[in-house]
Amino acid sequence: MLDWANSTRDAPHGLASNARHGPRRSGLLRLLIVCAAVLVTSCQPAGVLDPQGPIASAERLLLFNATAIMLVVVVPVILATLGFAWWYRSSNARASRAWDEAYEGRIEFVTWSIPALIVILLGGVIWIGSHQLDPRAPIPADAKPLRVDVVALDWKWLFIYPDQGIAAVNQLVVPVGTPVDFTLTSATVMNSFFVPQLGSQIYTMGGMTTHLNLLAAETGEYPGFSANFSGDGFADMRFIAKALPAGDFDAWVMRARGTGSALDDAAYAALAKPSLAVPPTTYRSVDPKLFDRIIEQTVAGPPLPNHPPHAGEGRVGAGADAAWCPPAPQAGG
Amino acid sequence: MLGRLSWAAIPFDQPLPLYAMGLVGIVILVVLGIITKKGWWPYLWREWLTSVDHKRIGVMYVALALIMLVRGYVDAIMMRSQQAIAIGDAQGYLPPDHYDQIFSSHGTIMIFFVAMPFVIGLMNFVVPLQLGVRDVAFPVLNNVSFWLTASGALLINVSLVIGSFARTGWMGYPPLSEFAFSPDEGVDYYLWLLQISGVGTLLTGVNFVTTILKLRGPGMIYFRMPVFCWTALAANLLIVAAFPILTATFVMLLLDRYLGMHFFTNDAGGNQMMYVNLFWAWGHPEVYILILPAFGVFSEVVATFSGKGLFSYRSMVLATLGICILSFTVWLHHFFTMGAGADVNSFFGIMSAIIAVPTGVKIFNWLFTMFRGRIVFTTPMLFAVGFMVTFVIGGMTGVLLAVPPVDFVLHNSVFLVAHFHNVIIGGVLFGALAGYNYWFPKAFGFTLDEWWGKASFWCWLVGFYVAFMPLYVLGLMGMTRRLQHIPDPSWRPLLLVAEAGAIVVFLAILCMAAQLYVSIRTREQRRDLTGDAWKNGRTLEWSTSSPPPAYNYAVLPRVETIDAFWEMKRRGLTAGLTPGEPAYQTIEMPRNSPIGFVIAFFAVIAGFSAIWYISWLAILGLLAILVAVLVFGWSENREREIPANEIARMERARLGLGRPA
Repeated sequence: MLDWANSTRDAPHGLASNARHGPRRSGLLRLLIVCAAVLVTSCQPAGVLDPQGPIASAERLLLFNATAIMLVVVVPVILATLGFAWWYRSSNARASRAWDEAYEGRIEFVTWSIPALIVILLGGVIWIGSHQLDPRAPIPADAKPLRVDVVALDWKWLFIYPDQGIAAVNQLVVPVGTPVDFTLTSATVMNSFFVPQLGSQIYTMGGMTTHLNLLAAETGEYPGFSANFSGDGFADMRFIAKALPAGDFDAWVMRARGTGSALDDAAYAALAKPSLAVPPTTYRSVDPKLFDRIIEQTVAGPPLPNHPPHAGEGRVGAGADAAWCPPAPQAGG
Repeated sequence: MLGRLSWAAIPFDQPLPLYAMGLVGIVILVVLGIITKKGWWPYLWREWLTSVDHKRIGVMYVALALIMLVRGYVDAIMMRSQQAIAIGDAQGYLPPDHYDQIFSSHGTIMIFFVAMPFVIGLMNFVVPLQLGVRDVAFPVLNNVSFWLTASGALLINVSLVIGSFARTGWMGYPPLSEFAFSPDEGVDYYLWLLQISGVGTLLTGVNFVTTILKLRGPGMIYFRMPVFCWTALAANLLIVAAFPILTATFVMLLLDRYLGMHFFTNDAGGNQMMYVNLFWAWGHPEVYILILPAFGVFSEVVATFSGKGLFSYRSMVLATLGICILSFTVWLHHFFTMGAGADVNSFFGIMSAIIAVPTGVKIFNWLFTMFRGRIVFTTPMLFAVGFMVTFVIGGMTGVLLAVPPVDFVLHNSVFLVAHFHNVIIGGVLFGALAGYNYWFPKAFGFTLDEWWGKASFWCWLVGFYVAFMPLYVLGLMGMTRRLQHIPDPSWRPLLLVAEAGAIVVFLAILCMAAQLYVSIRTREQRRDLTGDAWKNGRTLEWSTSSPPPAYNYAVLPRVETIDAFWEMKRRGLTAGLTPGEPAYQTIEMPRNSPIGFVIAFFAVIAGFSAIWYISWLAILGLLAILVAVLVFGWSENREREIPANEIARMERARLGLGRPA
């Protein structure tokens, strides 16, 4: 990651000096070369193209495969378009012409068959890929899955570790090589939980839960963020996903249990107030029912700004749409 | 008395909107001043604002679209500049609450007030001419539709000055758009102005479906209709089927916001997923409402400038109708990441891939139309070739996003932003601009300047690629959309390239302005006296004069084949369509009516009052609309007759037959 950041920082200097050596080139050509070079240097793997887990790797492979299948048709079509446009230009005396033709059934058959064949192939890819990479499907592995409950807040992420009894804000620490079984909800508007290098994102929505299974195969720090616009603090709604060796993870859990405060109702109410760019913190303990009560919206949130006078029933009510997924976390992933 | 409206609604503390306001205000005052000084108001009112002539309404729609294109572009360059500056610790020049309004209004304007009026304007101008009839089925309703659309456009510009616009994105997803999270007037502006213009669009749909099904000229059976008419039929069927969904969804959100109901709230049984489903159940057909007429334009343009009939007319019609139906079966691909199961996701993924089949067939048909043709590279044809190359790339990235696991990592990224700009600019906008260049001589009787036209094409093409190809890469690198500032400094070079692309697009818009200016200044040299401005016209609109008379055809042309005018020319029946002078008859035409303007005036007042909680004025505005409609409904004398000798005089002048014998 670091290397990559350095290389781009250097890139503009290198190009500028190249350009100085070639004063005879036209300005436009130089601009094009700079643009192309920037594109090429920028294509070093990052984000989605730099997967660090089996889900993200499989998704990148699918991206490449689907692109390759379609390029088989797309490239010839583009070439044919440009070629026909050039060859059959009205000033080309050598081109053969046909003024009006009765249409040709056989060509028509081909024009329908080519895209249809591609789509049949892609349809298979879509069906198999969707089932294999279903966010809810557990990831087969030797290690017992780690359960993490995720809450999107304005504008930060709360990660509750129900089995460890701790919680963290804006940092997701997971042991490497261990499947992580996420149960996600939102205590505010719709957000989307996304760590590009680990794979699939999923929406978080108030009053209900969604499920996601990911696995980090390499140790490292991977940027995570909300991928669904959620208001003024959206751009700062970022966190770090840290994959540690199993021993280090246990040490981190022990450290978290020994420091910080407890996440009770009062601490949650304070945390749930809108805030920006919150530095990573941990809580030594968590009320075990807190996550369920956030889903049911029976925990006191912050008073909403300018709450409508006519909506007197406040935020207390039954969990909204529990039919989408049972609010209770799945046992054992 | 004035609800929540007060002086605080005008952003005196923010210099940027204030300057923008001042500038726009000065331009408007200067334009109004010139019109007043030259005494053009009676002419404008009589001939344009109250006109029920489908051609004039079409021109007004396109003019609205071009003006709003500039407004939408200003939003775009502000966003690109903010993202090019606000990298790392820098916060740029737009605070979040302003930036969020800008991307929301950019999307709303470009979809509802640029793309929609542009394609509806082209359909208005062209469809009755191509069908060989004198007007649409309901000419006055057509005028009402236009003014309701213009009302929406007016209100979105009012939000620039008084209060603020939505900060929710152009989709307005709840619960962010609910009162609890967006209590100010922004979302109310969004909802009310789209409700008003949505009624206008729905009426257009009704009007054109009726026109095409019930009002075709003599001999114009369905399978002799030009492909543009087929695509217009499909688009308007989609409007009639899809826009009520949007209206109903917005009614529910308005009930949530105004009466404290719980359709889409987090609590009390509300379900935000229902909004997302309903929004896209409208939103995906909407995409095809825009692109199908563009496909129609390309079908006309490619055939005309290849000097050949369109390859495989029946495939084209079948593909159009196939897309029309399939477009209602793919909406879930806008939210694969909402947690639906693998079966549901793969069904919608496969349906989305299937819709690429008829689209691919269309591409092949245009390709085979060019094959062995005699291609003349006019501006519309350049747009068509540019479209074919660009659109297959956009189609490919679209099918990629239709693969659910791929969408899991690219959803809401700037890859998605690049994809839909790829199909909307490379598809809809190129189609609209091809149509604008292609039919301009028909509308005004003189051709547009080709040099400036080609310059604008190249700037659009290059600008598009330079602005959006970097976004594909950035999306793969993990950049999500709608970021007010950029966390990763390594994205800076690509963001700067994208900014440069946006500037090239500005040159394209300047070229278009220059093209219009130069063409108007030199219009006397560029008169089209034949009516067949491109010499290769195939369909009926080229058989009448440019601009056509109010009644379009003195004698309705009798159609016997596809490409009726081409066939007539082939048989040597050029000018008058029939040998010798026909017996002209009296033509009955609808009278102009101020009803559209009046309804829109009160709709703006009612909408504005509803946004600012001025209940009494909102109720008064609605009552005024009711009264206006009733008064109009009971009025008589709504048609005028053009006597036969008057028509004979005009036709002889047009055909150069000299004075009457």
